[in-house]
Amino acid sequence: MITFMNNSDSEEEPCNERTSLMSAESPPVPSYQDGLQASAAGEAQAHRKRRAGSSRGPNNIAGGEMSGSGVPVRESALENEEEELTLKYGAKHVIMLFVPVTLCMIVVVATIKSVRFYTEKNGQLIYTPFSEDTPSVGQRLLNSVLNTIVMISVIIVMTVFLVLLYKYRCYKFIHGWLILSSLMLLFLFTYIYLGEVLKTYNVAMDYPTLFIVIWNFGAVGMICIHWKGPLQLQQAYLIMISALMALVFIKYLPEWSAWVILGAISIYDLMAVLCPKGPLRMLVETAQERNEPIFPALIYSSAMMWTVGMAKPDTAARGPSQQTWDAAEDGREHLRSPSHAESQMSETRSPVPTHPITSLEELEEEERGVKLGLGDFIFYSVLVGKAAATASGDWNTTLACFVAILIGLCLTLLLLAVFKKALPALPISITFGLIFYFSTDNLVRPFMDTLASHQLYI
Amino acid sequence: MAQGLGTAARAQHSRGSGTALVPASSVSFRAFFWLVSLLLSSLIWFIAVKASDPQDERLQKGLLIFGVMFSVLLQEAFRFLYYKLLRKAIEGLVALSEDGCSPISIQQMAYVAGVGFGLMSGAFSMINLLADALGPGTVGIHGDSQLYFLTSAFMTMVLIFLHTFWGILFFHGCEHRRWWEIAAVIIMHLTVSGLSFCNPLYVGSLVPSYLLMAAAAAWAYVLSGGSAQNLRRFLLCLRSGASPQPGS
Repeated sequence: MITFMNNSDSEEEPCNERTSLMSAESPPVPSYQDGLQASAAGEAQAHRKRRAGSSRGPNNIAGGEMSGSGVPVRESALENEEEELTLKYGAKHVIMLFVPVTLCMIVVVATIKSVRFYTEKNGQLIYTPFSEDTPSVGQRLLNSVLNTIVMISVIIVMTVFLVLLYKYRCYKFIHGWLILSSLMLLFLFTYIYLGEVLKTYNVAMDYPTLFIVIWNFGAVGMICIHWKGPLQLQQAYLIMISALMALVFIKYLPEWSAWVILGAISIYDLMAVLCPKGPLRMLVETAQERNEPIFPALIYSSAMMWTVGMAKPDTAARGPSQQTWDAAEDGREHLRSPSHAESQMSETRSPVPTHPITSLEELEEEERGVKLGLGDFIFYSVLVGKAAATASGDWNTTLACFVAILIGLCLTLLLLAVFKKALPALPISITFGLIFYFSTDNLVRPFMDTLASHQLYI
Repeated sequence: MAQGLGTAARAQHSRGSGTALVPASSVSFRAFFWLVSLLLSSLIWFIAVKASDPQDERLQKGLLIFGVMFSVLLQEAFRFLYYKLLRKAIEGLVALSEDGCSPISIQQMAYVAGVGFGLMSGAFSMINLLADALGPGTVGIHGDSQLYFLTSAFMTMVLIFLHTFWGILFFHGCEHRRWWEIAAVIIMHLTVSGLSFCNPLYVGSLVPSYLLMAAAAAWAYVLSGGSAQNLRRFLLCLRSGASPQPGS
C-alpha cells in the first residue's frame, strides 16, 4: 500500500490514473505459476469486466483517504477526476470492444453464408438430446424447452464444479483441462473448418501442406494463448477460437432450441452474477479473498496494462490495492461463463492469459485494458450466425441483429460506468438481438420486400 | 443513454485520438434509432395489411403509400427524439467538464446523427440487392427496367446524402427554434419518398431528388458557417498549391 500511495502522492493526475489503473486491472501475471491460478479463476473471470470505471473510483477515494494530508480537498478533486476518467475510458472501451466483436461476427456470418457445412443438419450434441423433428408444434416447443433445461443444467453443474475446483485449489486439474480444450479447438476444429472451406471453394491441398499449416497455426496459438505472444496475435487467435466455437454451436444446436437456449443463458447470466449465492459471484469473491487474479484465461483483453518500475513491489502493492478495491466494490461484471458449458460440450476451452506476457518492468503507455469474456463473443456470434443462417436469405435481419447486439454492449458498458457494479454482459445484448431478430424477420422483411419490389424508398 | 453519449464526447475531448470514438458510438446509436422507427412502422403496416383484403389491389397500394408516409413521419419523430437525447447528453457533459464548455458541438453531433441515419437506411435498402447482384440472373428479364441496380444505387446514395444534410438542418432548426426548418425537412423527406413512387419512371424520381439534395447541401453548408467566400478561398488555395484552408 505504501508504494501505491507514494506513487499517487508524488504526482498529480497521471499518477492517479496509473494507480487506479493498476488496481483496476487484474495484475499481469508475473510468472507462469500465477498464470495457472489465473486460468483456474478464468471461468469466473469470464465474467470479468472492464473494471474500467468501477475499480478506479473506490481506489482513488481510498487512496485519498489514506494519504493523510490534504485529503478532504484531494478527495473531492479525486472524485471529479474519477468521474471524468470513468467517462473518458468508458467510451474508449466501447470502441475497443466493438472491433473484436464485429470481427468475430463477420467471420461467423461470412462462413455461414459461404460454407454450407455449417448450416446442414448433421445430428445433435448430447447436451440437446431431444430431437426437433416432431409432427406438432407443441411437441417441438416442449422438446426445445427440455433441451434448454438440459443444457443449462450442464452449464450450472460445470460452473459449480469449477467453483469447487477453484475453492479447493486444484489448479493443476483446471489448467490441464484448459490446455486440453484449447488443443482440441486449435487443432481438430481448425482442421475441420479448413477442410470445409477448401471443399466449398474446390481448392486442392495435399496432406503435407495441410499438416504444416495446421501444425503451425495450432502451435503458435497454444503459445500465444497460454504463454507469451504479441497482443494482436493473441487477440486474433481468441477471435478465431470464439468464431470456431460459435460455428460449432450453430451447426449442432437445433433451431428452436438455439433461440430458447440463448434466452435462458442470458437469464442465467443475470442471476449468476447478481444473486448473492450465484456461482460466479462466489468464484469472484473467493479469488478476491485470496488476492489472486481471477482467471485471465478465457478473457479477451484489448490492451495491456503495464506499470512503471513495479516489478517486485507491484505484487505487493497489488495485493492491498486489490483489497481496497475489492472491499469497496461488490464484484465485477460477470461475463458469460458458458465457457464451462462449452468446454464440457466439446471440451473446448480457450484459456486466455490476460496480459500477454512481458514483464511489468516495461512501461508502455498506460492503456486501459478492456476485458470481455470469450463466452460473450461466442454467444453474440451464435445469435448473429443463426440469424444469418435461418432468416430466409435475408441480410436485413443479420444487420439488425448486429446493430442490436452492439447497442446492447454499449448500454451494458454504460450501465457499468454508471453503477460501478458487477453487471452481466449478455442479457441486454441478447434481449435486443432476439427482439430484433424476430421482429425484423416477421415484420420488417415483408415491408422491405414490398418496398424493394416497387422500388420505393423511405 | 445520455451518459453514454456523454462518454463518447468526453473521450474525444480528453484524447486526441478519441475523435474517432464519438462518431463510432453515436453512429451505432443512431442506426439503432432508425431501426426502431422502421420496426414500428413495419408493425403498423403489417397489421394494416393483415387486417385487410389481400386481393384488393388498390387497397394494398393505398396501404403501401400509407405505410411509406407513416414510416417517414416516424423517422423524423425519432430524429427529434435523438436530438432531445443528445441535448441532455451535452448538458451533462458541460456540467461535468472543467471549463464549462462542451467538448463537442451540437453541429458535429448533428452531422454524425445524419450520417448514422443515412448509413442505416442505405444499408437496409441496398444490402439485399447487393447479395442478389452476386448471384446468377438477368436484370429486367420479365420486362421490368434493366437499370434496376443502377438506379437503386443512385437512389440510395442520394438518400444517404440527404439524411446527412437533413440531420444538420433538423438539429439547427431545433437548436434555434426555427420550426419552419424542421417542417422543411419533413416536407422534403415526404417529397423524396413520394417521388420514388414514380419508379420506374426514373426521370421523375432521380432528377428531382438530386436537385433537392443540391439545395439541401447548400442550405446545410450555409447553416454550418460556410459561405461562398470560404468556398472560393478553399478552391483557389488548392489550385494555387498553397496550404489549403478548410472551406468551412
